[in-house]
Amino acid sequence: MAVQDAIIGWKTITHGCYVLEPGSTRHFKTGDWRSMRPVLDKEKCIKCGMCYIFCPEMCYSQTEEGYYEANMDYCKGCGICANECPKDAITMVPEEEE
Amino acid sequence: MIPELEKFKGFSAKRLPKEEGLAPGHRGCQGCGEVLALRMVMKALGKDVIVCSATGCMEIITSPYPQSAWNVPWIHVAFENAAAVASGVESALKVLRRKGKLPKKHIDVVAVGGDGATGDIGLQWISGAFERGHDMVYVCLDNEAYMNTGVQRSGCTPYGAMTTTSPPGKKSIGQVTWKKNIPQIMVAHNIPYVATASPAYYLDLMNKIKKAAMVNGPAYVHIYSPCPTGWGSRGDKSVEYARLAVETKVFPLYEVIEGKYIVSRKITKPKPVSEYLKGQRRFRHLTEENIAYIQKRVDEEYEKILRLAELT
Amino acid sequence: MAKRVGIEVSIAIAEAVKLAQAEVIAAYPITPQTHIVEHLSELVADGELDAEFVPVESEHAALSTCCGSVAAGARTYTATSSQGLMLMSEVMYVASGMRLPIVMTVANRALSAPISIWNDHQDIMTQRDCGWIQTFAENGQEAVDLTLHAFRVAEDRKVSLPMIVNIDGFTLSHVIEPIELPDQADVDRYLPPFKPKYKLDPKKPISMGPVGIPEVYTEARMAHDQAIKNAKRWIIKAWDEFEEVFGRRYNPVEEYRTEDAEIVLVTMGSISETAMTAVDKMRDEGKKVGLLKIRLWRPFPGPEFRKAAKGAKVLAVVDRTLAPGASSGPVGEELRTVFYKVPGAPKIFNFIAGLGGRDVTVERFEEMVDKAASYAKKRPKELYEVIGVREK
Repeated sequence: MAVQDAIIGWKTITHGCYVLEPGSTRHFKTGDWRSMRPVLDKEKCIKCGMCYIFCPEMCYSQTEEGYYEANMDYCKGCGICANECPKDAITMVPEEEE
Repeated sequence: MIPELEKFKGFSAKRLPKEEGLAPGHRGCQGCGEVLALRMVMKALGKDVIVCSATGCMEIITSPYPQSAWNVPWIHVAFENAAAVASGVESALKVLRRKGKLPKKHIDVVAVGGDGATGDIGLQWISGAFERGHDMVYVCLDNEAYMNTGVQRSGCTPYGAMTTTSPPGKKSIGQVTWKKNIPQIMVAHNIPYVATASPAYYLDLMNKIKKAAMVNGPAYVHIYSPCPTGWGSRGDKSVEYARLAVETKVFPLYEVIEGKYIVSRKITKPKPVSEYLKGQRRFRHLTEENIAYIQKRVDEEYEKILRLAELT
Repeated sequence: MAKRVGIEVSIAIAEAVKLAQAEVIAAYPITPQTHIVEHLSELVADGELDAEFVPVESEHAALSTCCGSVAAGARTYTATSSQGLMLMSEVMYVASGMRLPIVMTVANRALSAPISIWNDHQDIMTQRDCGWIQTFAENGQEAVDLTLHAFRVAEDRKVSLPMIVNIDGFTLSHVIEPIELPDQADVDRYLPPFKPKYKLDPKKPISMGPVGIPEVYTEARMAHDQAIKNAKRWIIKAWDEFEEVFGRRYNPVEEYRTEDAEIVLVTMGSISETAMTAVDKMRDEGKKVGLLKIRLWRPFPGPEFRKAAKGAKVLAVVDRTLAPGASSGPVGEELRTVFYKVPGAPKIFNFIAGLGGRDVTVERFEEMVDKAASYAKKRPKELYEVIGVREK
């Protein structure tokens, strides 16, 4: 497929192609890359935060209860969290077919 | 003891900074160990930082115009010159502060490059910057090949590894030379701080980055970065390999502070290298003989570090 | 009070950089630019210039360091020649594409191979397309004035492009000339402090140097092209302001005795001075000869050149670059394009002279004018001709 279309105009492109909005990749939801998703068993979880620390997508955040929750907008399903969890509280399950 | 480091207080699991220097939505591969390491580096550095990246995986995945994953000021110029760009930023900040055009508040200047940018094409630029003594940190994220362009070998590709330009064949076992020891080259520049780190030991990594930033003058941190795409390893095992590399002594963790070697983690019960090598497709072709040679060399290199720690 | 002194041009350029109060100087020595950077390092070491002198380890590192320092908001300068310019050429395109207003002196020198330290324009002609604004100085006074002008133009928010001032290596860099060094107060009036619209600042984080996918690259280049074209207006305006403050006038194209000239020589750089002497001699002999001197090389001032050349029947274009396998020398090519299908356009003949330090004398200029006159009657076989080359 030939690339013909521009996504920005030369009059509106930023000066020097600088990106002026920090962290703007957050508008790009990498969640649709995954074929597996992490599922947490709260019974086993000790809230150690290893899943949060070792996530390359930085998609874990802490809920009010203290459990760590992955943001499915960005989770690529790599499975590092499941592999590193000291209590095997996270399981990778296949992403449902839409 | 370096005076700046006397005030050093390490990070702890309970007291980790919450801010991220990087945003999600970056285009890294699933399970990328390098972006995980970079994330930890940025967490340790905080907000008062200017990052100068070399061309490579990290630069590409974090800056797809019109988006950027960087929450801190960032500049990318070319492949080999991150250290020179950082020298320029550092010099500018110095003179502007002196002339009263900038507040006195310290801003860390950090250059980031892969093993290719650092140890091959960019070695001269780092050497010059370090000799001139700029107050900066150079972070090498070592995934052991030119990954961004398709897994070609670099000077840091380990012995026996398969890459697209060191493929094993009837006349070759793959990479025929031993991994270039870049931390040692940096130590030879007599800079105040050199360290190696692995993202599996995140507190150790973050503390080393913090110390590197606190030190006045050049500092170098070499971080082992598993690449499932290039190594043919499982994406969910990236942190596991980052741990295995240390536990098998393949990647020793140490600091060199003003020439004094300090071993970060003495491996008293090392695992055999075969455990590290298996599960990585890049080593699948190795014979028992190759693996025995690797074990021997790994043991020797590790002994060297221990002896240097005793001598200095 | 501005002082008029007998001073080596390189030293004078360094003094101009000092008057401009450059803040970061990152340069690597190469003949014949060395005296500029040596004097600058002296000025910094003695505290006469409050700047960071960064003794980089190569020219590529020099320009890379300049990129970092300009991006961080400091007025930045460097200088180089020949092989050094070749080494930094990767970063040349990056610096302009990233709109980093670095000012650079290029002491024009021939390119290897064979290695030559002597003067011609081959080094800068390899950078025609690098996207920097480029001017040529004819003598020491111009070298100083154009340097101050370069800071004024490059850093102007409406321009924000890096800029080169070309001086002929040895022929200009190493000669002592009477030069009026401007007064600091006047320079301060002419040159405001550097206040970039965007810079690397933790208080306002931005990313410089992202990936330009196919969906944006054409637009990015178009924006750059428009920027350098629009810059011409501000370049000329900055020359207007220069005349107001310092009393000396510069134009994109300078005319010398072209009023009724039929054959017009076209030159750039220091050989223009010899050309003026040759024109005077030929005029005394009754020949209707004139001279056009190109001061602004990029963006090329097409309309200004055509206006200045009005009435000329023949242009004898002198290139100091031989581009092997090309149809013409660079300046010849540029002018042939600028006059293509223009009604009343002069005939254009292209001569290559003064390569690798070979002097272009008054006699050589006379030879070129004579040849141009005969070619006007009978077209030459080749599109360009090397002057003063020995066959056997």
